[in-house]
Amino acid sequence: MNNGDKDHAALAQQFNRDEPRVNWHDETLWWVRAKRDKAAHTIPGWEHLRETASRIKNNVLSNMYGYLQQFEENARKNGVIVHWAADAGEHNEIVCGILQKHGINKMVKSKSMLTEECHLNDYLQQNGIEVIDTDLGERIVQLAKEPPSHIVLPCIHKKKEEIGELFHEHLGTPEGNADPQFLTHAARLHLREKFLTRRAALTGVNFAIAETGEFVVCTNEGNADMGAHLADVHIACMGFEKLLPQRKHLGVFLRLLARSATGQPITTYSSHFKKPRKGQEMHIVLVDNGRSVQLGREDFRNSLKCIRCGACMNTCPVYRRSGGHSYHTAVAGPIGSILAPNLDMRKYADLPFASTLCGSCSNVCPVKIDIHDQLYKWRQVLMKEGYGPAAKKLAMKGMTFTLSNPGVYRFAGKTGRWVMGKMPFIVNNKLNPWYKQREMPEPPAQSFNEWYKKNRKAD
Amino acid sequence: MTVALFVPCYIDQFYPQVAIATLELLEKFGVKVVYPPDQTCCGQPMANSGFEHLTHSCNELFIKNFAGFDYIVCPSGSCTLHIKDHLHHEKEEEKAGQIRKRVYELTEFLTDVLKVEALDARFPHKVGVHQSCHGQRGLQLSQMSELVAEPFSKPGHLLKMVEGLELIELNRVDECCGFGGTFCVAEEAVSVKMGKDRVKDHVEHGAEYITGGDMSCLMHLEGILRRQNSKVQVKHIAEILNSKQ
Ligand code: SF4
Repeated sequence: MNNGDKDHAALAQQFNRDEPRVNWHDETLWWVRAKRDKAAHTIPGWEHLRETASRIKNNVLSNMYGYLQQFEENARKNGVIVHWAADAGEHNEIVCGILQKHGINKMVKSKSMLTEECHLNDYLQQNGIEVIDTDLGERIVQLAKEPPSHIVLPCIHKKKEEIGELFHEHLGTPEGNADPQFLTHAARLHLREKFLTRRAALTGVNFAIAETGEFVVCTNEGNADMGAHLADVHIACMGFEKLLPQRKHLGVFLRLLARSATGQPITTYSSHFKKPRKGQEMHIVLVDNGRSVQLGREDFRNSLKCIRCGACMNTCPVYRRSGGHSYHTAVAGPIGSILAPNLDMRKYADLPFASTLCGSCSNVCPVKIDIHDQLYKWRQVLMKEGYGPAAKKLAMKGMTFTLSNPGVYRFAGKTGRWVMGKMPFIVNNKLNPWYKQREMPEPPAQSFNEWYKKNRKAD
Repeated sequence: MTVALFVPCYIDQFYPQVAIATLELLEKFGVKVVYPPDQTCCGQPMANSGFEHLTHSCNELFIKNFAGFDYIVCPSGSCTLHIKDHLHHEKEEEKAGQIRKRVYELTEFLTDVLKVEALDARFPHKVGVHQSCHGQRGLQLSQMSELVAEPFSKPGHLLKMVEGLELIELNRVDECCGFGGTFCVAEEAVSVKMGKDRVKDHVEHGAEYITGGDMSCLMHLEGILRRQNSKVQVKHIAEILNSKQ
């Protein structure tokens, strides 16, 4: 989606023009957060489980090189063709190359945020290959020509009436029918035909096991399985951080993933793919695309522990009231805001500021990523490296000067309550964003400092 | 025991009554309180905006003002957290480290250091507690709703000792109010929406007052309440704990 040059604040403001819709979006996601809470509370060892998952992932990050080699070797032994892609471009070329080799111009694809990150659909389309997203939510946004707004619930921003309209237009369902069950059935019939006629299927990867060379794909709809089992060519694309050392570690992550994501005990399907069936070709594309750079950033490396459960988005009070598209990047929300600046600091300099640093994200994160601390740290990096507006820097310097000089501070305070001028209250006019929808605090007759001098100094 | 009173700049300038209540409250418990008059601000507004590297001289001044006391007490979770996490100075690192260890938010100082078990306070009203995030999730003044862990609340513990005070329940016990420092103007739309939603939760549950440990959040909520011509008021927890209504 083309958002022009609008930053998060501007896009969020746009989203907030329709307040009832913001309320609906907020309530819907809060409901998912509440389901997560309920599920977490049914597991007495929940916090221990999070800690364990965090440690396993820390181990993976510290031994990435070895695990990747081990995974590749085992996958090859299983008869899988392994590819390495340094960036999004290479990833897209590899996928396109595989399809072209087989003369395939139509493919089904199950959920994969990585391919969103790499803009694979656009690339394949430009090369004459049609991609059908088979995850229901993704199919809906694909029909609407929009990117997903949430990594687990791609069309969470769409109301069922809007989905009914889309289906009416594209799938010929009766006008005005917005019954979810009916629409799901219609989508199922529509997708079944695609599954049966496509020779290639692309899936994402939730977990890849170094020890065995297998990978696990979690879905609720079984669409990944349906696609992969019917296709002659199965391509699985994964960011290289999806690794786990051993199969036994899966137990920890499968218990956490769905509970964190939607409050379900486990996804309906947790499918293990190890080797191609007879006559099938199976590919794994291991993608870097900035990950090794992030791995090298001490303060930000552990963002790579992410298992893409979406819990940090559901709990984020800003995300719930600004919508996924306001983040103008494939992975929205708090985690997206610490991943995106790694790829392009200038383009995503606004995202670490799209937060109040409330810290709720870090608390729900099943792998204990210190998300809000990293948001703070990204702010420091971005401003220090000059990605902030110059005016802001000047204002900050002025502020520092005042706050470092008690005399200046007192004088400024006296002459019209200095704070009102600088922090960040300007004056009572429409240009002051504070005053637009809020009253200003009423300045008292004297500051505490003045009161103290009058009332206590003599003591 | 000598305690230095650390008064956040916006309290000094806009809400002096909060600092006065804090001072009186501490004195009621026999604490000797010193107010270093040359204090300004902890530097958080710059740091949260990404300019921690410009806070050098601010830190220096803070250390000059607050080194050497037994404790430093502040009626703000957010400012306390900032000092605890970010006060550094290459030449005065030892003093900075000492300050980081000795700085306390008011309610945690009352419950953890003074171990207050009774209060001579009266506030016969229905009160909603706004858990400011930095105090709650940063300093862990109360249990966080995201965690599977035993509930507790230091401010709640104190408020229960106030005669006549009725604590109201909320739908979302610890949702952020959207103040967020410069966020409140940089992301005006979302900030206000968050504030409106927080206010609504309190109002719907019959609050006459919204209290909390951070005047900055309360100032934001107050701005919204007043724009709505609401009768509901905000009051810093120090004012309630020091109240004799
Ligand atoms: S950062 Fe944590 S909470 Fe957010 S999507 Fe990743 S694993 Fe889930």
